[in-house]
Amino acid sequence: MAEVARLAMPRAEAGPQVAPWWSARRRERLTQLGFLLPAVVYLVAFFGYPVAKNVVMGFQHYTTATFYTGAAPWVGLANYVAVTGSAVFGRAVLNTVLFTVGSIAGQFTIGLAIAVFFHRRFPLSRTLRSLLLLPWLIPLIVSSAVWRWILDEDHGVLNRSLGGAHLGWLTSTSLALLAVVMVNIWIGIPFNTTILYGGLQDIPQELYEAAAMDGATGLRAFRYVTWPLLRPVVTVVLVLGVVYTVKVLDIILGLTNAGPANATQTLATQSYQLSFQRFDFGQGAALGNILIVVSLLFAVGYLRASRRAVHS
Amino acid sequence: MARRRAVLATVLTLTAAIGLSGCGGGGGAAAGGPVTSLRVLDYYNNEPDRTVYAQALDACGKQNGVTIDREVVPGAALIAKVLQQASSRTLPDVLMLDNPDLQQIAATGALAPISDFGLSTAGYADGVTAASTYQGAVYGLQPVANTIALFYNKDVLAKAGVAPPTTWDELKTAASRLTAGGRYGVAFSAAATYEGTWQFLPFMWTNGGDEKDITTPQVAQALQLWVDLVSSGSASRSVVTWDQADVREQFVAGNTAMMVNGPWQLPVLKQNPNLHYGVVPIPVPRAGQTPVAPLGGETWTIPRTGDPARQAKAAKIVECLNSDASQDELARQRATVPTKTSLDAAFVAQNPEMATFTSAVQGGRARTSELGPDWPKTATKIYTAIQTALTGSAPPPAALRQAQDG
Repeated sequence: MAEVARLAMPRAEAGPQVAPWWSARRRERLTQLGFLLPAVVYLVAFFGYPVAKNVVMGFQHYTTATFYTGAAPWVGLANYVAVTGSAVFGRAVLNTVLFTVGSIAGQFTIGLAIAVFFHRRFPLSRTLRSLLLLPWLIPLIVSSAVWRWILDEDHGVLNRSLGGAHLGWLTSTSLALLAVVMVNIWIGIPFNTTILYGGLQDIPQELYEAAAMDGATGLRAFRYVTWPLLRPVVTVVLVLGVVYTVKVLDIILGLTNAGPANATQTLATQSYQLSFQRFDFGQGAALGNILIVVSLLFAVGYLRASRRAVHS
Repeated sequence: MARRRAVLATVLTLTAAIGLSGCGGGGGAAAGGPVTSLRVLDYYNNEPDRTVYAQALDACGKQNGVTIDREVVPGAALIAKVLQQASSRTLPDVLMLDNPDLQQIAATGALAPISDFGLSTAGYADGVTAASTYQGAVYGLQPVANTIALFYNKDVLAKAGVAPPTTWDELKTAASRLTAGGRYGVAFSAAATYEGTWQFLPFMWTNGGDEKDITTPQVAQALQLWVDLVSSGSASRSVVTWDQADVREQFVAGNTAMMVNGPWQLPVLKQNPNLHYGVVPIPVPRAGQTPVAPLGGETWTIPRTGDPARQAKAAKIVECLNSDASQDELARQRATVPTKTSLDAAFVAQNPEMATFTSAVQGGRARTSELGPDWPKTATKIYTAIQTALTGSAPPPAALRQAQDG
């Protein structure tokens, strides 16, 4: 009843000088939308559109000709069937899992150890800590070229320092994935160290003092003070780490080109090769979509975990 | 008053903008008018090629009364650029393509057949013509071509008393005898890229192998040769990671006595005065056979820009780049081979070290001549099989079958 009255009111007494939509509340609402608009436009244009386009592409026969003619026949699930049915797919999935788990485990453990180490202040600690960022600052193509020299079977520094061993780091199908994981760990350590170090800085010093009075020092202090308080940061590091690692492309292409004999072929490299070397953009997109779903699952997990962290 | 001036300024700016886009865009069918400049796209971003082609293009532009507006992108970025331009209808007037990509792009319909402009490949090496042909129509003219052959270190071979090998058996024996200390007998690229496939092709083709079916014994025998070289220790296991530049570095550093490589390495090799090298054809399975080499090099095309006057001018530029004088000049400056067979005798007489490459180009075969736009798929299978066999994951016949089914 009141609703009707309120709706009816303005019309009843609407003079030409009082526009009903120009009420203060509407205006505020418009202002709010105005502030939102740039962000929304940006998200739709640079995130929404590419993702939607990629999803659609996955269901199309999308080739070089499509770029000129615009014709991309609908093929339903054929791209997905072809991609998941190919002989390389199983290998690529397994490699992606091993690569991701191995990289994250190494990056996180070493990163955490270094962060804890630098948590104490000692002479030159700041200089050393900034030096640790180096792998992060070098272009990936450059670092993969340097690592190729280091890992070279015949003349590489690594084999030399192993007493002239003849290990085919990049040439043997059993070692190549390990080598690529090692290099990726080296690249990921700065990121892990930086974030975890920030987390450590946020833990109040008094807690350690109180714990020390209760007899918890060293490892016990880490177990009962550091670790529980660092947990939210750990979740962030791990989830972001997974999302960054499943899509790693340049390192693998730079080191082994996904070889030898597909030993370092991952979903990301396979998707790249399908699209940009075989020009089968539909199949490349299908594989890319699978990767997006995997990343999305982890992102959702991350959001839930961070919400829980805020609540607790 | 101020307001009127603002309006005037806006109108002027707009007119200027429209005028500029008319010049720069170069696409619109309505453009008409005299053609004063042409847009050219290529991937010669390294010296000396960059300058060599700048001079050649400018000379051809001057001859035809147009200025050349040239864009150079890195090799790996060219196809992405072309596809983007194809979808936005901003293709250049003259487009250079790597010859195995021509059919792929011609299949999109973005290129005009050169016969539309009265051009033809009469007098060109057969393989060169085949590379620029898609479904019976020729879409590009390739002024110069390259291929691969066997380079050998004269000093090392002389010291070991080994003659440059001509057959597969001789290659195996020579490579084995030349392997000593930290030095391997031979190096080649078996990378997990099209470079690996490209280097394997002369062995596969000369032995009667064919890309239509890679599971034949002929292909397996060729692959067995590579496996033998690696497993006997005459070639490094690292060949599976080397691209052709890596192979050249190994040769220059003295880590290998022979290598499979192309003439584009000659300028680098010449920078090492202490390196004395010779070039012979790729060894053949049985004495007396003629090696079949893959053809490399770039072809020049005329995209359909929708403006007949501009396309006609573009054709003139392509024709000029392919004139006898231009072919000879480009071949000489870039260590490549003229594609018109009538020029070869004089070219070899003046550049004796190109003799091996020149005869290889004459009998050369285009990678896309049989499979056309489907070539990349098979090329991927071939390098996958090579890698599977060389890493010992499966013997050659099984590796090829796996790759074929994959």
